[in-house]
Amino acid sequence: MPATLHTGPATLDVTALRSRFPVLQREVNGYPLTYLDNAATTQKPQQVIDALSHYYSHYNANIHRGVHTLAQEATEAFEATRQAVQELINAPEKEEIIFTKGTSESINLVAATFGRTFVGKGQNIIISGMEHHSNIVPWQMLCEETGAELRVLPVQDNGELDLADYERLLDENTALVAICMASNTLGTVNPVKEMTATAHKQGARVLLDAAQALPHSLVDVQELDCDFLAASAHKMYGPTGVGILYGKREVLEAMPPYQGGGEMISEVTFAKTTYNDIPFKFEAGTPNIADVIAFREAIAFVKELGLENIARHEAALLKQATEGLQANEGVTLVGTAAHKVGVLSFNIDGLHPFDTGMMLDALGIAVRTGHHCTMPLVARYGIEGTVRASFAVYNTSEEVDRLIQAVSRIAQRKRK
Amino acid sequence: MSSIKDIQNDIVEEFALLADDREATLFYLMELGDKMAPLPEEYKKDENLIKGCQSKVWLHAEMRDGKVYYQADSNTDITRGLISLLVRVLSGHTPDEILDADLDFIQRIGMHQLIGSQRSNGLNAMIKQMKLYALGFKTKEASKENG
Ligand SMILES: Cc1ncc(COP(=O)(O)O)c(C=O)c1O
Repeated sequence: MPATLHTGPATLDVTALRSRFPVLQREVNGYPLTYLDNAATTQKPQQVIDALSHYYSHYNANIHRGVHTLAQEATEAFEATRQAVQELINAPEKEEIIFTKGTSESINLVAATFGRTFVGKGQNIIISGMEHHSNIVPWQMLCEETGAELRVLPVQDNGELDLADYERLLDENTALVAICMASNTLGTVNPVKEMTATAHKQGARVLLDAAQALPHSLVDVQELDCDFLAASAHKMYGPTGVGILYGKREVLEAMPPYQGGGEMISEVTFAKTTYNDIPFKFEAGTPNIADVIAFREAIAFVKELGLENIARHEAALLKQATEGLQANEGVTLVGTAAHKVGVLSFNIDGLHPFDTGMMLDALGIAVRTGHHCTMPLVARYGIEGTVRASFAVYNTSEEVDRLIQAVSRIAQRKRK
Repeated sequence: MSSIKDIQNDIVEEFALLADDREATLFYLMELGDKMAPLPEEYKKDENLIKGCQSKVWLHAEMRDGKVYYQADSNTDITRGLISLLVRVLSGHTPDEILDADLDFIQRIGMHQLIGSQRSNGLNAMIKQMKLYALGFKTKEASKENG
């Protein structure tokens, strides 16, 4: 079944939806806040904030195994989010959704359980040169431990991957391909559906890092046919401290548990413990109940607007920003792939990204500067970092103009 | 040569003209950095990097006629501006004057609010390193006199 549930209205009323984000009403350094650091984390709509306080004010209780009313209400709300995630990514079953702290923990979980069980000496793992440290370091650690080989698919100058290179790297000893759907530094959208199919032909499993994709596009795990998918709630209008890991049932069932503790067991004696079924096998201890519950409101928000609408709006902002910045002498864009999410990295010639970032902050414009947790990628371009503007559904074309004007002013001052 | 106190007062006056305009203040800092005497390449080595700064900051110090002279550079313009202020205030003074200096101009020009806590920590690391040099020279002089 394709995911067709998230179409939303035909057009977006951005002014109206901005009023639903309290933080967007504030000023920074005497200017209206222009928040363009959405790839790091998005702002939260009132309904997410309210859900947190409503939970703590009305039905705070530990979930599962509770017979009292509050525990039942909390359990229902918690499990309702699981179902909402299942629908959002079109997973076949709700048990295939595991709650974690975030994308990083989701990837670490796979490395620690699937990795330690199914990846060994003589095998290899393929990642790309544009991965976030979260999708590099867990695999490096695993390879160090098991003697498996880490293979890195190089990034081309424009920020795209070369599928011919990919096919050369893949072989029958590839246990896993771990790749981002969209790059948090370059914005590049990778052809992950094709890459997944190619990997499967070689018998390799595929993990998709959807941290930068889920907030901006339709993600359908059945269509992609990935074995794992990781993402963070806080990058799609939800609370911090919640992530998801989707895994195919057959794979999750074959994997050992992640951490030991409450919730993940079926029966414990000192002689032997039997484990609970998925997803609980991977959710030891009391989870982040409040934030998981509030995450459902973020999903509701995104569905109400429609992911296609969100994607279209952000694409227009990206185009405007790209053209506006490109027109400046002394501004270099980093990452010019044909297909991108709303992430725009650039540098003002002769100016360190930190300096540009501080100058923009003085004008109330929030961007991120530095290596964006992709140090190998930044090194590949021979630079110290980038200034990164990243867009969300509540950003406006006036805000993009503000960015373009500010950058052009700073670049002019620098050239003088 | 003006006293450390006088130089600090001059800086406070200059910054007062910028009247809390963050953009203008940052541009001014960058200009100050541009104007600072360049650090000879030979001193841009890793052992001269100040630990605790987010940006790279190289500091070189030498003692002439009982006074400490600093030279510095950074890979970012704003940080170069910051260290140029410290060089301007402290360079050319005796180790004792440097060690006793109360660098209240930083607080008086509202630098912490301007640069935020991470860079403030970096600024403190710069001051500490400059004072450490002064202490080192002082100890060396004392041991020369005693020995
Ligand atoms: C592509 C990508 N992967 C992984 C992560 C890590 O996400 P988290 O910090 O929420 O675990 C990020 C966050 O910046 C990201 O952009």
